[in-house]
Amino acid sequence: MSKFKKNKKGLPAISTASLPDIVFMLLFFFMVATVMRDSTLMVKNTLPAADQVQKLDKKDRVMYIYAGKPSMRYQEKYGSQARIQLNDKFATVSDVAAFVLAERASKRQELQNVLTTALKVDGETNMGLISDIKQELRKVNALKINYTTRVGDYTQNMD
Amino acid sequence: MARRSAPEVNAGSMADIAFLLLIFFLVTTTIETDSGINRKLPPTDEIEDPPIIKERNIFTVVVNKDNRLLVEEELMDISNLRQSAIDFLDNGGGKGDEACLYCQGDRNPKSSDNPEKAIISLKNDRQTSYKAYIAVQNELVAAYNDLRNREFNRIYPMIGTNFIDAQKRYSDPRTNIDEKQRLKPLLDSIKAMYPQKLSEAEPSKTN
Repeated sequence: MSKFKKNKKGLPAISTASLPDIVFMLLFFFMVATVMRDSTLMVKNTLPAADQVQKLDKKDRVMYIYAGKPSMRYQEKYGSQARIQLNDKFATVSDVAAFVLAERASKRQELQNVLTTALKVDGETNMGLISDIKQELRKVNALKINYTTRVGDYTQNMD
Repeated sequence: MARRSAPEVNAGSMADIAFLLLIFFLVTTTIETDSGINRKLPPTDEIEDPPIIKERNIFTVVVNKDNRLLVEEELMDISNLRQSAIDFLDNGGGKGDEACLYCQGDRNPKSSDNPEKAIISLKNDRQTSYKAYIAVQNELVAAYNDLRNREFNRIYPMIGTNFIDAQKRYSDPRTNIDEKQRLKPLLDSIKAMYPQKLSEAEPSKTN
């Protein structure tokens, strides 16, 4: 009888010792694959679409300038006119040159001449502001720029 | 006969499997990067006496405050911009020294002499919207890219790709150095055939 009972007992429980490994693996995977946003966006930032695009250089060779209308929660304070955002604060056109020089000084020596300025500008912005930014960039000799876009057909821009 | 229960599975190698997977994902995942249209701004120092450029070698594109296009003094829809830019660049109307042997255009004496001389001049208003500007930039870059692709396929059919893909491969850090060295002269020769001469004027103020 005792032998009969033993047969009925079934398989032993599967070891869960490796569960932490699996969890750590997932954790590492997501840690690596997640792109961190460097600065919180304070402006509306719907990029225009283009299809003749080139990839941006490595992250450490790029500095970002954002522009657009302040987002909803900042509109009360800053109005609805398009503004420039540098790092985490709103800025005016005259701050751009100083920002570029500061960014350039913070990079390694060998990268200082190959820096690209990525302009992440909202599609609804007027070109006047962008021309002003470009003039400032020319003054500090930051001539390589990139108009960051979404990948898509140009006709999406024309509505 | 004494039946034993199934032996416990050895989980010691589970960690190795996990690390193997982890390393696999580490190697294969590429973090998505931003993309956009690259441009180079002109330096600030003014040229003493600018070279005289013939009217027929300039293709003027004006975008007004309502985002409408004026191309060579005529209203144009943006859907026609790419083709008319290609027609202008590829015209090859020059004679003698200035003749363009590879151009497939109409050879209209009133349009550009050859792609090396052809300049596209873009002027926008301060009120032009950024999206419209990008759309125009995109179409003008597309005109150059179309021509470069055509010539690349014609001259180097054995490469098996077009100019854009070859350029992508060239700028990809994973491409090995031998292939880069092989691609560079090919790309440079095509770039020299259709140099990107896109000039931007200071925007006009709306009154």
